[in-house]
Amino acid sequence: MFEKKFPLSRRQFITSTALGATAAIAMPSVLRAAGTPVKIGILQPVTGALSYSGTQGQLGAMLAIEEINAAGGIKSLGGAKLDPVAGDAQSTPAGGTAEVEKMNSAGVACIVGGYASGICLATTQAAARYDLPYVVDVGVVDNIVNRGLKNTFRFGPGFGVIANSALENLVAINNAAGKPAKTVMIVHEDSAFGSGLAKLLNAKLPEQGFQVIETIAHPTPTRDFNTIVLKIKAQNPDLVIPANYYNEYVLLARTMQQQQVKPKGIYSVLGGAASSYKFVKEFPEAAKGIMDCNHWFNPLSDKAQALKKKVEAKGQFFTYEVYLNYSCVGLVADALERAASADRAKLTEALAGSTWSGHIMPYGPTKFVNGQNQGAVPCNTQVQGNDIKVILPAKFADAKPMFPLT
Amino acid sequence: MLSPIILIPALLNGLLTGAVYALIALGLTLIYGVLHIINFAHGAMLTAAMFGAYFAFKTLGLDPYLSVFVLAPVFFALGYAIQRFVIGPASHGEDRNMLLVTLGLAVVIENALLFNFRADTRTIDVAYAFETINLGFTFLAVPRLVGLIAVFVVAVALWLFMSLTDTGRAIRAVAKEKLGAQLQGINVAHIYAVTFGLGTACVAIAACLLIPTYYVNPGAGNAFVLVAFTIVVLGGMGSVPGALIGGLAIGVVESMSSLFLGDSLGQVGIFLIFIAVLLVRPQGLFGAKA
Repeated sequence: MFEKKFPLSRRQFITSTALGATAAIAMPSVLRAAGTPVKIGILQPVTGALSYSGTQGQLGAMLAIEEINAAGGIKSLGGAKLDPVAGDAQSTPAGGTAEVEKMNSAGVACIVGGYASGICLATTQAAARYDLPYVVDVGVVDNIVNRGLKNTFRFGPGFGVIANSALENLVAINNAAGKPAKTVMIVHEDSAFGSGLAKLLNAKLPEQGFQVIETIAHPTPTRDFNTIVLKIKAQNPDLVIPANYYNEYVLLARTMQQQQVKPKGIYSVLGGAASSYKFVKEFPEAAKGIMDCNHWFNPLSDKAQALKKKVEAKGQFFTYEVYLNYSCVGLVADALERAASADRAKLTEALAGSTWSGHIMPYGPTKFVNGQNQGAVPCNTQVQGNDIKVILPAKFADAKPMFPLT
Repeated sequence: MLSPIILIPALLNGLLTGAVYALIALGLTLIYGVLHIINFAHGAMLTAAMFGAYFAFKTLGLDPYLSVFVLAPVFFALGYAIQRFVIGPASHGEDRNMLLVTLGLAVVIENALLFNFRADTRTIDVAYAFETINLGFTFLAVPRLVGLIAVFVVAVALWLFMSLTDTGRAIRAVAKEKLGAQLQGINVAHIYAVTFGLGTACVAIAACLLIPTYYVNPGAGNAFVLVAFTIVVLGGMGSVPGALIGGLAIGVVESMSSLFLGDSLGQVGIFLIFIAVLLVRPQGLFGAKA
């Protein structure tokens, strides 16, 4: 009876089990080559003040993973599927860091996301302790990639590049209109992203002939923008430059509309809502004429347009969090394909040497220097006719700037 | 910056903002005054009510100001049921347990909202959201003015209810001397539930006043709840006039400190005044001495 049920002897059973265990520990690449899923951490602030952006980012990443898996997974790893390990940074650096620890324990090959600069600064540092490759989706503070962390890669532009592009474009737009704008007020959120950007703009705007009348910082969330708008109204600047997240941007624009504050232009730099279809659809009057220098997809890319339709079919808006995360996961998949391994060191090496051009952004092939994609550039958009048009760079533009507005 | 051109509008704006704070604090102070608990689920209930007003508008086309007449009774009933069937039994009459239960309730409500409605930020666009009254030197936003009027109406209605009705008198009796009230045949569990229901109804009214100009997402109410806690202590815990005056005062202080110290430090002004009042009058502006 016993012999029938267990044809192996006790000694044979122990030997074969030990061999199997040794093989599993010693040759993970062999196992993965047979199609073992590769875990990828998708880290977003899906609760808390930044939850809308975080959920959008998660959506973009998940759509990319779905597509990659449906197309046969990572072929060099025997068709290994990408297995997302979703984490919630709770809109705080501490929350993000805790998730990095969990993801490391879960054995992820890399992490994508972070969203806010403050979160990215903390989480990339935490991931560096484990040599865990980290692809930053949105966080724009230059320090994220300037600290010499070998594990950190940013696909999109940092705010050094964005601020320069924004200034160049602003000067070009203002000059073309006969220089109607001379005075500026900056309204920014007070974390790493807004404060850093305001500092840069304060240094560079005067060099371009603009006078910065006042720079106003506000926390996230801010319940009421009336005092800020009263200040704007009292000083009557030609230009208002907001740099804040979606909810606060909407409240600011609505309060400006309510208080009938109409500057010659609202020129946002990374304005959370200015390049948002949601904002334009819900508040066309408040959004009218707003310009923004921000992340934007390549409007000429069929792949981008197809993704836009897919996202809209889900009842969601095609925001920059969606297409940046979608692209970042694609970048990781390409690196996995070339590395033919989910080993962290090999993946880091593959990311560092990436020349990927299969993305949906108006960038060239990726080229990382100290973790920063050198080809990443922002676009200038303007809300015109209840739609968002690209006004610069000319290569992608589908409309001319409307400036001044009053 | 001291110019009256900006100072007076900022002062008015502070009063208008403070009116909504007062309404949120009114519910909180009522619950504290009778049940002697700080309701940690207050912010989550505000969010739930804002979602209620949002969906009433989106699905039924019900104007938020009309939603008051639907949502206030619904949330009264909800508050009544929560106190009677969840907080009361789960806390076993212990104050500290009530705190934990309300905290747990907040987590459950927020996550239920997150699960059902995602983290999307939602707003409604009503025609009067951008209506203003031109005072010459500034524009007063009509929705905020409605908020100011509403808070006075609610406060007066609440005062009349507490003074003139048997239930109101019973609430006051329970708040003052629970055991004595019980000996007089007052059903304390019922009175607790009614009070919790009234507090929750106040939150529903505040939600309807907020939604025309504010956004809602599963964490939206949290932006108001800390300031409401501050108002309750500042005005005197359990004091209705305290919540009213405290709310308006905090609105003005916030507006002024934002003006002079900057928005990032605006909150500091609130807590400086708060600490100053507690140093001089530890029981709060309208609180009775222990």
